[in-house]
Amino acid sequence: MTISIDPQKTNNKSLQPKGWLRYFSFSLDHKVIGIQYLVCGFLFYLIGGTLASAIRIELASPMSDFMPRDVYNQVLTLHGTIMIFLWIVPVVNGAFGNYLIPFYVGARDMAFPRLNAVAFWLIPPSGLMLVASYFVEGAAQAGWTAYPPLSITTPQSGQIIWILSVLLLGGSSIFGGINFIATIIKLRRPGLKLMQLPMYCWAMLGTSLLVVLSTPVLAGTLILLSFDIIANTGFFNPVLGGNVVVYQHLFWFYSHPAVYIMVLPAFGLVSEILPVHARKPLFGYTTMVFSIMGIVVLGLVVWAHHMFTSGTPPWMRLFFTIATAFIAVPTGIKFFNWVATLWGGKISINSAMLFSCGFIINFVFGGITGVALAQVPFDIHVHDTYFVVAHFHYIVYGGTVFIIFSSIYHWFPKVTGKMLNEKFGILHFIITFIGFNLCFAPQHWLGLNGMPRRVAEYDPQFQFINQISSIGALLMAISTIPFLINIFLSVRNGKDAGDNPWNALTPEWLTSSPPPVENWEEEAPLVEEPYGYGKQFSEQK
Amino acid sequence: MTTLDSSKEIQKNNSEINETHEDFRMFGLITFLIADGMTFAGFFAAYLTYKAVNPLPDGAIYELELPIPTLNTILLLVSSATFHKAGKALLKDKNSDSQKWLFFTAFLGIIFLICQLFEYFNLPFGLTDNLFASTFYALTGFHGLHVTLGTLMILIIAWQSRINGGRLNSQNIFPLEAVELYWHFVDGIWVILFIILYLL
Ligand code: HEM
Ligand SMILES: [Cu+2]
Repeated sequence: MTISIDPQKTNNKSLQPKGWLRYFSFSLDHKVIGIQYLVCGFLFYLIGGTLASAIRIELASPMSDFMPRDVYNQVLTLHGTIMIFLWIVPVVNGAFGNYLIPFYVGARDMAFPRLNAVAFWLIPPSGLMLVASYFVEGAAQAGWTAYPPLSITTPQSGQIIWILSVLLLGGSSIFGGINFIATIIKLRRPGLKLMQLPMYCWAMLGTSLLVVLSTPVLAGTLILLSFDIIANTGFFNPVLGGNVVVYQHLFWFYSHPAVYIMVLPAFGLVSEILPVHARKPLFGYTTMVFSIMGIVVLGLVVWAHHMFTSGTPPWMRLFFTIATAFIAVPTGIKFFNWVATLWGGKISINSAMLFSCGFIINFVFGGITGVALAQVPFDIHVHDTYFVVAHFHYIVYGGTVFIIFSSIYHWFPKVTGKMLNEKFGILHFIITFIGFNLCFAPQHWLGLNGMPRRVAEYDPQFQFINQISSIGALLMAISTIPFLINIFLSVRNGKDAGDNPWNALTPEWLTSSPPPVENWEEEAPLVEEPYGYGKQFSEQK
Repeated sequence: MTTLDSSKEIQKNNSEINETHEDFRMFGLITFLIADGMTFAGFFAAYLTYKAVNPLPDGAIYELELPIPTLNTILLLVSSATFHKAGKALLKDKNSDSQKWLFFTAFLGIIFLICQLFEYFNLPFGLTDNLFASTFYALTGFHGLHVTLGTLMILIIAWQSRINGGRLNSQNIFPLEAVELYWHFVDGIWVILFIILYLL
């Protein structure tokens, strides 16, 4: 049986507000939904960033003098939860996925436009609910991991709202994942083979598989946790015969894949951006595809490396150490392929390229500390110290957030038809890069020397390094200013971008900027080789 | 070719940019069911771990009675068959036959739920008595929720197949097929649950 996709029906133009107002309406257009994800995510990023600044102000001095200790815990919890569930995950998946995937598969919309809109519109209310939960009595303060028994013994109304909100965000993420899988597998234009898809499609396919396979487990776990809180059952309460380690297993079965849900799309995006600005084909397309699928499979079986100090038996430690170390192989392949893509290319130094290169540098660093952490003796030494904080910020901030900015610089001309100002962009990059490394590199030291994480007070010997770190955080906060000014000025009176300012070869650049509601006026163009840069040149020779 | 919306007007207006694709709604549903299955997998894993790592003291172990859950297993398996009948009938455009089978399937679902409630009321333990009791109610309760939703959906499509040539017919059988797949899935989960919880 076939069904027909009728874009004018799904995007009923006549009913929709014109111009920028449509971004505030319930739209079924994948491009509008993509931008809605991005803007919504960015607003939450500003909230999460403000909380991060508060944390770093508190930590600039050894005593807990900026806020009371339990407020510190609440702020920390809110910061982590917002950054992961309301900024990174929705933006690298929802925003860029929605905007780009239909172009890349040659479709006029996502497979299920209605489901798509529902997935997005779950986010603002549950996000606001999460923020509001801070103001009820007993805000959640068990960290973004909500480990019991802490999460079931501390004051609870806020924790319940926290659970509800994360459940809704998980639902949004699952709906999105289903939509991406169906779009990539089933909605490809006739004649477009899987091995011709741009790399971001593969990344999103892998990510969506992880979402579909692991997010429901988190949902089930949180449901059990809420029973423990509301109904006084004892699933995770040792006093009632329960088992906290079971919670940790289930939680990390989601949350380890979750780091790949955050970085795999970033891998895909950087693979789109580098070839364009280096004017070279992506190196090793096939190995890139297989390494993504390798990461998906391995990502699902390494969760217990977060639990080496939870009394795991030796065989488990051995298995999870080895499995984790193996992930370095596909990740390393990707790294070398990116470098090989740059090698000998005609590199243009612009903001998008700078942020992408920044990503590669930071990510390698975070990856190396990750392999170190997978070694049990080392992990036991630095577990729950600032070394871990530094490691995962190198991944999520130095990796994913850098790529989000890089992608904004890269695709802004397509979305708005205007160019961004490069001077502001480069300034933004320099401040972010310096601030980021100043903030998080010293934390490796703190961790190695034994400063625990999630504490408002610390030993005065750590003060100097903490102050450096806080200065870095301040720089990161400042760095958003040139970015926001840039966006604001460029939307109003930026240079006209034209349809294809970067001379890129992927399909989204073959339509007008901004694209029409149906993506293409005529039939979708078939791009045989998305990365054929320099082909004509080498053929001429 | 059938269209999502068969109203002729819309088709006429936009015939130039109408694109046709193979139907991927079933594909989406299967993806969803995989996700749903993972929730159950998480619960099963938790239950089995508790069984292995946190065994109850002797006095706290309950014997589960088998008759009701066995009857329930049979009910669900039969209902899968009657649902299949409904689909067959609809394909031959025998709407009223199809509707009868659907109502019968929903009826079996309701009996299942009644039996489950009956079992709950006669159990010697409550939700918070001990870890086993909690897991028992969590697993069966979550499954019962699925049966409830399934029964409601069956009633809805039975209602839709009411009018001959209406929403459901041999041309537009997708809603029935979708609910059928969901129902088989819920049955399958029950069989696993039955084995793990009652027989093991
Ligand atoms: C804007 C710059 C940022 C700064 C200055 C910052 C700072 C901090 C600090 C000081 C902590 C406390 C660590 C502890 O005591 O354990 C923390 C925790 C955390 N941050 Fe950030 N962070 C930033 C951005 C991000 C981003 C973009 C993410 C995105 C995923 C993120 C995710 C987390 C998580 C998950 C935690 C752990 C929370 C917990 O342990 O409950 N952070 N951050
Ligand atoms: Cu991990």
